[in-house]
Amino acid sequence: MGAQIRVYRQKIASTTSMGKIFKAMELIASSRIGKARARVSASLPYANAITRAVTAVASQSEVEHPLTTEPESIRRAAVLVLTADRGLAGSYSAGVLKQAEHLVELLHSEGKDVKTYLVGRKAQAYFDFRGRDYAKVWTGGTDAPDFETARELGKILLQDFAEEFEAGGVDEIHVVFTQFKSMVVQEPTVIRLLPLEVVEGESETPADELLPLYEYEPEPEQVLDALLPRYIESRIFNAMLQAAASELAARQRAMKSAGDNAKDLIEKYTRLRNNARQAEVTQELSEIVAGADALNG
Amino acid sequence: MAELQVEIVAADHFVWSGAAKLVKGRTSNGEIGILPGHVPMLAVLAAGDLEIDPVSGSRFSVQVDGGFFSVDTDRVVIVADNAVMAESAAAGTR
Repeated sequence: MGAQIRVYRQKIASTTSMGKIFKAMELIASSRIGKARARVSASLPYANAITRAVTAVASQSEVEHPLTTEPESIRRAAVLVLTADRGLAGSYSAGVLKQAEHLVELLHSEGKDVKTYLVGRKAQAYFDFRGRDYAKVWTGGTDAPDFETARELGKILLQDFAEEFEAGGVDEIHVVFTQFKSMVVQEPTVIRLLPLEVVEGESETPADELLPLYEYEPEPEQVLDALLPRYIESRIFNAMLQAAASELAARQRAMKSAGDNAKDLIEKYTRLRNNARQAEVTQELSEIVAGADALNG
Repeated sequence: MAELQVEIVAADHFVWSGAAKLVKGRTSNGEIGILPGHVPMLAVLAAGDLEIDPVSGSRFSVQVDGGFFSVDTDRVVIVADNAVMAESAAAGTR
């Protein structure tokens, strides 16, 4: 057997087994997407209720609360970047990191320091490779985030926010994550978490519906104290869930096209292998004929 | 008689919603009972049991770790950090 044919056979075999892996990963991703999307919508009632309450308190009461008031000068900003733990998800993590780079550049140009928090091994690898600093990293379970992680993230970010600048505190907090718009559209997005910009349009309150004049128990300050950390947690959790759904959707799409490419390659190599085999047969035949002719002549 | 529209949500899932005659909870200041027509309020919940007396079905309780609740025009939204339904709560779930 010719060496060329053997090489093609090996290529076909390895591409076939890779194709099987791609297919399996595509199936796993698509089976998980449904659950991830269900979790996004399951977190919505909580997020809506909490947004509504925060909007009501922030827009009515004249309470001065550190979380709602804009500091005079912003000297350091925290950036939380949500990426994936694993690759094979197309440009998912790269898109988020690119967006984060833009944000960091923008913040630097405004003369602010940046303190980075990372989620996902991909972000960690990106920063480690470039020798950049980051304050903290969380890895594991980016495709199925749990509320505990969101709570921990929220707690640490709020602690930093409460710190003075000199002690390493931050004056604003941004989150970079991938917004899950639909199965085919996921968009890297930046939101500013703190200081709070309560966007009324985000809650499902019709604009003409008046927010009731609430009574507070105990005092408005304490209610805000209890409410705002939960609001932050719920925003972070929602971002994590959307990121997880986006990751799975991106992975499914990437694996689908990888599988398709593998199929194309197999076809191409099969053709080449047949060609080589045929060439060998033809060559052998003409050698035999030539040999017979030489003997007869 | 008017009734309360109650909605209980936890951080990562929906717990219960339905019509109720009475909601009893514990705030950081003490116990509070909410009947239809209650003044709008926003309060911080302490850890403990919530009691809900639904229009149809029997009274049940939900254990919460903390959270807050809001009341406005007979709509009660309870936002709990972690809510566990006590038994016999399935009745009235929709």
